[in-house]
Amino acid sequence: MMPEYGQLALIIALLLALCLSIVPLVGTYNGKVVWMSASRSLSVGLFVFVAIAFAVLTWSFYVDDFSVKYVANHSNTLLPVRYKISAVWGGHEGSLLLWVLILAGWNMAVSIFSKNLPLDMVARVLAVLGMISVGFLLFTLLTSNPFDRVLPNVPVEGSDLNPLLQDFGLIIHPPMLYMGYVGFSVVFAFAIAALLSGRLDSAWARWSRPWTNLAWAFLTIGIALGSWWAYYELGWGGWWFWDPVENASFMPWLAGTALIHTLAITEKRGAFKNWTLFLAILTFSLSLLGTFLVRSGVLTSVHAFATDPERGVFILGFLLLVVGSSLVLFAMRAPVVKSVSGFQLLSREAFMLVNTIVLTITVSFVLLGTLYPLLTEAVGAGKISVGEPYFNFFFVKFMALLALIMGIGAMLNWKKTDFSKIRKWQIVPLVLSLWLGTFIPGVIDGPYSVAAAITISLGSWVILLTLADVRRKVHHAPSLGVGLTRLSASYYGMVLAHIGFAVALLGASLNTIYSVQRDVRLTVGNSVTIANMNYELADVRRERGPNYDANVGEIVVRKNGDIVSRLEPEKRSYFSGGNVMTEAAIDAGFWRDVYVALGNQLNNTDWEVRIHYKPVVRWIWLGAIFMALGGTIAIADKRYKLLREKHRRQVEERDSPTPAIPRAELLTVDRQQAGES
Amino acid sequence: MHPLRKQRLLTVIFIVFASSAGVALILFSLRENMNLFYPPSKIVAGEAPEGRTIRAGGCVVPGSVERDDTSLRVRFDVTDGNVSLAVTHEGILPDLFAEGEAAVLVGQLHEGVFEADEVLAKHDETYMPREVADSLGKPADKTYGGGDAATCEVIDYDA
Repeated sequence: MMPEYGQLALIIALLLALCLSIVPLVGTYNGKVVWMSASRSLSVGLFVFVAIAFAVLTWSFYVDDFSVKYVANHSNTLLPVRYKISAVWGGHEGSLLLWVLILAGWNMAVSIFSKNLPLDMVARVLAVLGMISVGFLLFTLLTSNPFDRVLPNVPVEGSDLNPLLQDFGLIIHPPMLYMGYVGFSVVFAFAIAALLSGRLDSAWARWSRPWTNLAWAFLTIGIALGSWWAYYELGWGGWWFWDPVENASFMPWLAGTALIHTLAITEKRGAFKNWTLFLAILTFSLSLLGTFLVRSGVLTSVHAFATDPERGVFILGFLLLVVGSSLVLFAMRAPVVKSVSGFQLLSREAFMLVNTIVLTITVSFVLLGTLYPLLTEAVGAGKISVGEPYFNFFFVKFMALLALIMGIGAMLNWKKTDFSKIRKWQIVPLVLSLWLGTFIPGVIDGPYSVAAAITISLGSWVILLTLADVRRKVHHAPSLGVGLTRLSASYYGMVLAHIGFAVALLGASLNTIYSVQRDVRLTVGNSVTIANMNYELADVRRERGPNYDANVGEIVVRKNGDIVSRLEPEKRSYFSGGNVMTEAAIDAGFWRDVYVALGNQLNNTDWEVRIHYKPVVRWIWLGAIFMALGGTIAIADKRYKLLREKHRRQVEERDSPTPAIPRAELLTVDRQQAGES
Repeated sequence: MHPLRKQRLLTVIFIVFASSAGVALILFSLRENMNLFYPPSKIVAGEAPEGRTIRAGGCVVPGSVERDDTSLRVRFDVTDGNVSLAVTHEGILPDLFAEGEAAVLVGQLHEGVFEADEVLAKHDETYMPREVADSLGKPADKTYGGGDAATCEVIDYDA
């Protein structure tokens, strides 16, 4: 009976979501406070019931209930418990349930942490989130019910989880990614609420910013985890393939990056409000598009989920509904939301605007490259795929432009800047980064790489200028320590994120330029020398794992006769389904990874061996961690806390709050604060 | 002109120029970098260009995989059920590459032999690349996790 309770919980959740999307919104029109406050309890209820459904499915996996079709297809009695749990989101239906759970989680979080928001705003935001929940709950129940049974012939054994997914990376990659994807629904809901009410001020931006930053940080980590997982698990040694599904997660990230920057401008300067709203809608729409691409199977991708036309049509319909209605709303209401302030060309606003445009153009070319195969097929021009060179060609140039503008822009003041005042702070980093850029490629073995010179110059330019700006900010302070403690958390967040961007940029480019990759044929006992390192295939032995047999190679890596590391790559053969899988062995380091994977056995003594020497590959993920940390630290800024405390005091003084008054007062508080900062 | 208007005009002009230049570049580059998919029958019939990077795919004919004794060179045939295409590749084949299973190839055609730079096999046992499924004249697998997923099984290789 358990699975049926799970399904019942989902149906109740759907009904609650329906109420949530209607009642509070009607309340904002007829002014009934009770209707509006219902949004909070409905959000909590929605989360509770989705959580019950999720718990039931997890339980079915835990007890190997193979009468549930989804469990039978994705689990096995031999599967270790941790993978049984993560198998809950190892397939289409379950990962959709996880999506809904996380959506309900964000929904509840907004209802809990929105005590200082005007009630009508809360009602609108939660209602919009409720509508999205309705869409996804309907999708789950109608097309991808995870609780479907296989009756009466219950399988004795499940068909096992895809071995590629039996890995720590997969346990955490989807939840992180979804936290990011779905998290953007919050800022989307804020944007729609702003359009509905016609009110978009610095307070609005201040409420939206922490949510957006958090979602963005999660997405950053999610993408980085996916890339790291692909790197060590797929056995190809690559970390990014411009696969449609990778692009699907990368586009919301690019748009989200632009969004967190325009939100900053909207909060501080009241400018570019429409651009912010548009980016909020775009970011979430791209998240939905990503879902469509992954779930419908319209594109050939390594993330091969089911190709079910029915599902594709549903998501496409939902996507068009969301994008269409929000853009119509945007077109109708955007003129109401006017920006007021002007600025000059040499100002932080102008530079940030240019960079958000660069990011949006980057999104559009990735989008075009991703959807182009669909377009050509639709017009009957044949089946094509767009090669990596297309993406690399543009991406590298846009990121270089981004880095160039970022370095200068971060040092500029709002509104206008007297260049002569910042020139002395720019000169040292400029000279130093140019010197580093031209010098370092000359020291590295091999031919001089101009691309590396440009990359290193740009990367160090961003890092050095960011640090120079910190120095500039504190140079009037009595001491360095005092100066540093005076800087705000959001400033530190920015510093960290910008340095992270530069580190990731350096890692990605230099790795691409200096990687050495060779596939070789090795006889046991023989060795091969590649790029000053000697690799000896010492032995290949057989081992047995919990649900697989493995050939384990022993490769001794030597440099100048000294042993650098002993690597043990595996070739596993899983009992269930007969899947074969490569487990690469990696000697990881800050400056370089040595990556070894075992291929097929060619005859009694010979093996295929894949050997990669990958400089600074870790920097890519290190940079991503910095960016995510930066985004998170910025949330801790005390101005968010100040606002909350001030408002709480007001509420306490007043005793009986009505929705109209706190809104007005909150606005004056904001103006005062904006004036102070 | 009013400074605010002038600023707006500059912004608009910048956006228009930047985006049209971008679009032009993108379209040009897309044309350069797109790889057309050809099923084996079209390639054997001579409809595919020689020397250009294209994609091909089909089911690996059982018994056709031959490995070189000293290098990583491998040759095999792929078929769409009607004709088979000879393929060579130098490198490690992916884990899920197997005889009688689907594979997608990226590479160039040289004198009727497809030299694959990349061999992509399916990602899990129930998945069939859509191009291959379509070229077999069968719709792609619609049920997730089971059923008559491996469309390559329906091919009569002896015919």
